[in-house]
Amino acid sequence: MAADANDAVGMPQLDFATFPNQIFWLVVTVVVIYMILSRVALPRIGSILAERAGTITADIDAAETYKRQAAEAEAAYHKALDDARAEAHKVAEKMRAEIQADLDVAIAKADAEIAARTAESERRIGEIRDSANEAVEAVARDAAHQIVALFGVTAEEKAVTDAVSARVKGGVA
Amino acid sequence: MAEANGGLQIKPMDQFMVKPLFGGDTVGIFTITNVTLWMAMTVLAVTLLMVVGARGRALVPTRGQSMAELTYSFIYKMIEDVTGRDGVRFFPYIMTIFMFVFFSNVLGLIPWSFTTTSHIAVTAVLALSVFITVTVLGFVLNGASFLRLFWVDSAPLALRPILALIELISYFVRPVSHSIRLAGAMMAGHAVAKVFAGFAAALGAAFFIPILAVTALYALELLVAVIQAYVFTILTCVYLKDALHPHH
Amino acid sequence: MEGDIVQMGAYIGAGLACLGMGGAGIGVGHVAGNYLAGALRNPAAAPGQTAFLFIGIAFAEALGIFSFLVALLLMFAV
Repeated sequence: MAADANDAVGMPQLDFATFPNQIFWLVVTVVVIYMILSRVALPRIGSILAERAGTITADIDAAETYKRQAAEAEAAYHKALDDARAEAHKVAEKMRAEIQADLDVAIAKADAEIAARTAESERRIGEIRDSANEAVEAVARDAAHQIVALFGVTAEEKAVTDAVSARVKGGVA
Repeated sequence: MAEANGGLQIKPMDQFMVKPLFGGDTVGIFTITNVTLWMAMTVLAVTLLMVVGARGRALVPTRGQSMAELTYSFIYKMIEDVTGRDGVRFFPYIMTIFMFVFFSNVLGLIPWSFTTTSHIAVTAVLALSVFITVTVLGFVLNGASFLRLFWVDSAPLALRPILALIELISYFVRPVSHSIRLAGAMMAGHAVAKVFAGFAAALGAAFFIPILAVTALYALELLVAVIQAYVFTILTCVYLKDALHPHH
Repeated sequence: MEGDIVQMGAYIGAGLACLGMGGAGIGVGHVAGNYLAGALRNPAAAPGQTAFLFIGIAFAEALGIFSFLVALLLMFAV
């Protein structure tokens, strides 16, 4: 073993002469560290962390509020949109119904007019036809009388007329 | 032993010597020694990290403040996880232990520095204070029912006295293993690093091989320094849990 | 002469004590390996168990450190 004053004799850890010194300074150090930590450092860091946690919570709450407001606004917007759409639909329906009603009235009127005109036209056509038939009968009678007269046959006027009338009716019919 | 092999002068234990800083040979109780210096450095480091680092009180932390906050939350969460919510009132004590052990270990890795936690006197005082605190606290909080810690209810009746004996022994071995683990880990790493460094000096041209080994060892030592501080603290929490909730 | 024999015995004892560190190495590897196996089976539960990993490693490692301490005591203190 080395005997020099600067060399360790055995294990310095087992040199009991230095124990009081080490223990004394250890106690001093630990007490000082405890004071620094418990009086200054830990409350300060704790308050910083608490403050940050508070700020974060508050921010999250605020964000939550904003989100909710945005959702509400969106819901209101959608509701307004739906309402407007429903209103437009209703107005359109109403308009359509009105127009339909007007149209129905107009169509009915037009139908009636057309029917009236048709009836009138048919009546006039009938008249024309009748007068035409009469004219044909008169012409035929006259022509028959003339022809009979030309043949020199004195025929009974009434018989000729009846014959012609029967013929015209049958021919026309 | 160094004389035995001639040129190879490796004295791995020299670095652990307690020496007076300002002359004199005797180490009295109030002598300013390298222990004092490096413990003061620990205080300084704690102050730098936890007080100066967090002085800005910024809502968005700076780098220093972020480190202080991470350390704070790390220990806080450890206590909460291991002991439950009622262990949180011991937070300043456990934080003190962690900061002291952590910075002693890490500062001890600086070349030519002195590792205070490599001394059994230091770690034994820390471990004994934890042991005594836990024991007293256990009896104060739970009264005589704290002794049920040693009486394992879930075991068969015949085995319980034997288990109680084993539990009792392991309870009293706690401060021993608690302190020697830390001191031994610190001492071992530093002594091995010193031995390898001595090889580098003795090997001449092949010096770089031990230097590489020392570099790798140094990285491992850094890990060990942090893990030992963590382990010392978490074991303190585990022992504290026994005092707070002695029933298995 | 007698002192030399005592010193030789102490050094041999120190070397034998270092065998204990191998046991600690096995123990630490066992803890870490089982942790990894468990973590791969159930990765979700792994982060909650890291504290137990370190506690287990610390307990296993403590015994290796004890044997190292015995070796140191034999070399320097006996």
